[in-house]
Amino acid sequence: METIIKPENIVYGKPRLINNNPMHYCPGCSHGVVHNLVASVIDEMGLAEKTIGIAPVGCAVFAYKYLDIDWIEAAHGRAPAVATAVKRLNPDKMVFTYQGDGDLAAIGTGETIHACNRGENIVIVYVNNAIYGMTGGQMSPTTLVDMKTATCPYGRNVALNGYPLKITELLVPLEGTCLVAREAVHNVAAIKKAKKMLRKAFENAMAGKGTSIIEFVATCSAGWKMSAGQANNWMVENLFPAYPLGVLKDRV
Amino acid sequence: MRQGFTCLLNNSMAEIKLLKGNEAIAHAAIRYGADGYFGYPITPQSEIMETLMDEQPWETTGMVVLQAESEVAAINMVYGGAACGKRVLTSSSSPGISLKQEGISYLAGTELPALIVNVMRGGPGLGTIQPSQADYFQAVKGGGHGDYRVITLAPASVQEMADYVALGFDLAFKYRNPAMILADGVIGQLMEKVELAPQKLRRTEAEIRKECPWAALGRPAGRQPNIHTSLELDSTVWEQYNIRFQAKYKAIEANEVRYEELYCDDAGYLIVAFGAAARISQKVVEIARKEGIKVGLFRPITLWPYPSKRLNSYKNKVKSILTVELNAGQMVEDVKLAVDCQIPVTYFGRMGGIIPTPQEVYNALKKIVNP
Amino acid sequence: MAKGTVEIDTARCKGCELCVVACPTGVLALGKVVNAKGYYFAKMVKPGDCIGCAGCGYVCPDACITVYKQK
Repeated sequence: METIIKPENIVYGKPRLINNNPMHYCPGCSHGVVHNLVASVIDEMGLAEKTIGIAPVGCAVFAYKYLDIDWIEAAHGRAPAVATAVKRLNPDKMVFTYQGDGDLAAIGTGETIHACNRGENIVIVYVNNAIYGMTGGQMSPTTLVDMKTATCPYGRNVALNGYPLKITELLVPLEGTCLVAREAVHNVAAIKKAKKMLRKAFENAMAGKGTSIIEFVATCSAGWKMSAGQANNWMVENLFPAYPLGVLKDRV
Repeated sequence: MRQGFTCLLNNSMAEIKLLKGNEAIAHAAIRYGADGYFGYPITPQSEIMETLMDEQPWETTGMVVLQAESEVAAINMVYGGAACGKRVLTSSSSPGISLKQEGISYLAGTELPALIVNVMRGGPGLGTIQPSQADYFQAVKGGGHGDYRVITLAPASVQEMADYVALGFDLAFKYRNPAMILADGVIGQLMEKVELAPQKLRRTEAEIRKECPWAALGRPAGRQPNIHTSLELDSTVWEQYNIRFQAKYKAIEANEVRYEELYCDDAGYLIVAFGAAARISQKVVEIARKEGIKVGLFRPITLWPYPSKRLNSYKNKVKSILTVELNAGQMVEDVKLAVDCQIPVTYFGRMGGIIPTPQEVYNALKKIVNP
Repeated sequence: MAKGTVEIDTARCKGCELCVVACPTGVLALGKVVNAKGYYFAKMVKPGDCIGCAGCGYVCPDACITVYKQK
């Protein structure tokens, strides 16, 4: 056994850009895996010294604590506007936003749509777990019909709250988007596929091909009140039908 | 062509032009070597972005000019640019500035330098498009949430509109703090002769990295990440940040007060006014002096830091003070505080976009001279 | 002889069990001891069955698993 533990035998390890700060996320949270993917893609593309990340308000507000790159923490929902200026003022840099469904699809809807419509050469990493995690599990724009949250304790009621917002679909017809895809990180195959898509998005941004948005359908085991494993199963059974995985648009 | 571009020949020297105040802001920003402007149209300041778009500085200096989808987006673009150490500005008028307040608070909380121009119109609400000074409180008392200050410059001429772009940027970067040009619709729309400064070069990325080591421009190997955030869950840590902010504000108060005094040496009465109200008041002083009333004009240029100490020195020299404002009486509170309420301080002004005539102000002055 | 093995950063592990679910050969399980944060951390219970597939590493949100494979 000891003979196996040699540096040349490593087939997986903590991505180099992920530092040693313990992540504040709940056990099993999808954010950690998405962070690892973003860190790996930046490192593998050799962009560590050129990347500026824009952090959201929400569970990923502390993303800047875990990835050793330069970061700007945006006001709630405004990350695409912040990223717009950073990229336009530094066209040779890699600029991405990292946002949740509350940040991107509720308070920041305007900034999301307009950044995409202008075709900003940025990547939007969109983590959709259909709930507000950081504030304690309230309804988000993507909360499913009849799904229970702290602010719809009897389930999302269409008459009261409207329908789950498929914002990613709304971004497809915009001329400025070049890649719109929906991924997940619930198993190894999905993670490997998602990483390829993420890399393509980063390549698009560096090549000036327009806005790429990668949605990650994700879990919130604390907000959904179940274990991490159960949350993955619940996501597959309930979120995937509403938010089907796949490439929605690839103009490249 | 972008950074470090040798400027076009016709901008390489100082130049005298006839411009609106708003146009002067645009030309001054280009010539200062600003990196970016992000704005949203609103009367009475739309000429700022119109002039920038007409000048196309991205073809010459490499300055980015972008019409944002909202004032909220524009100020957050400014926030992003500022975090990269770039010289960025935005402009708007009162209702739009209200929308920008969250972003200004974030700039203050992350200690980022930026220039915000407010060409004020009458409020509250959608109000009027006519000139006003009713955003004095909003500019100098906080505006957004939290304990913070914005360096506030009040131009009274088109020349000062141009000059304060450079001054505002210089102070913003010196103290890593947002600065605001608080103009009113009169100064924005007025046409005057203005001398524009020679074109400065935009800073290169290497220069920015050297002058602003905090800039988020990508982390070279070996340096800690540059992280711009105003979030800290540990209150004991965040209090220390606040203590540092307050110390900075004290330093600004000690070093950066600016004002102008006209006919103040022998004055028995003082008019205190800024911006367009100061220009009207200058005429009033001339009328009054012809009538034998020894009145002086004290014009604060920095509304924050307020020239309180200098004003205080008048409390034993003048009998009474009149503040003239295009609002319901806002700066009058700071004047009363400045003189420790030891001499009478009276306010005269008009609201809702009405500009008082010199005669109206003179009549108000006569009432305090001969009560 | 096992084809692979893993090292687990037990201080970072939050005991979410995603690695346990992901392991195709049932190598991993949560132990009965907690770490400083109070989590029952993952450990190898059938080390001989590890094939070094790295599935546990990929699914670990906290990046606490290093996977080795005999080449």
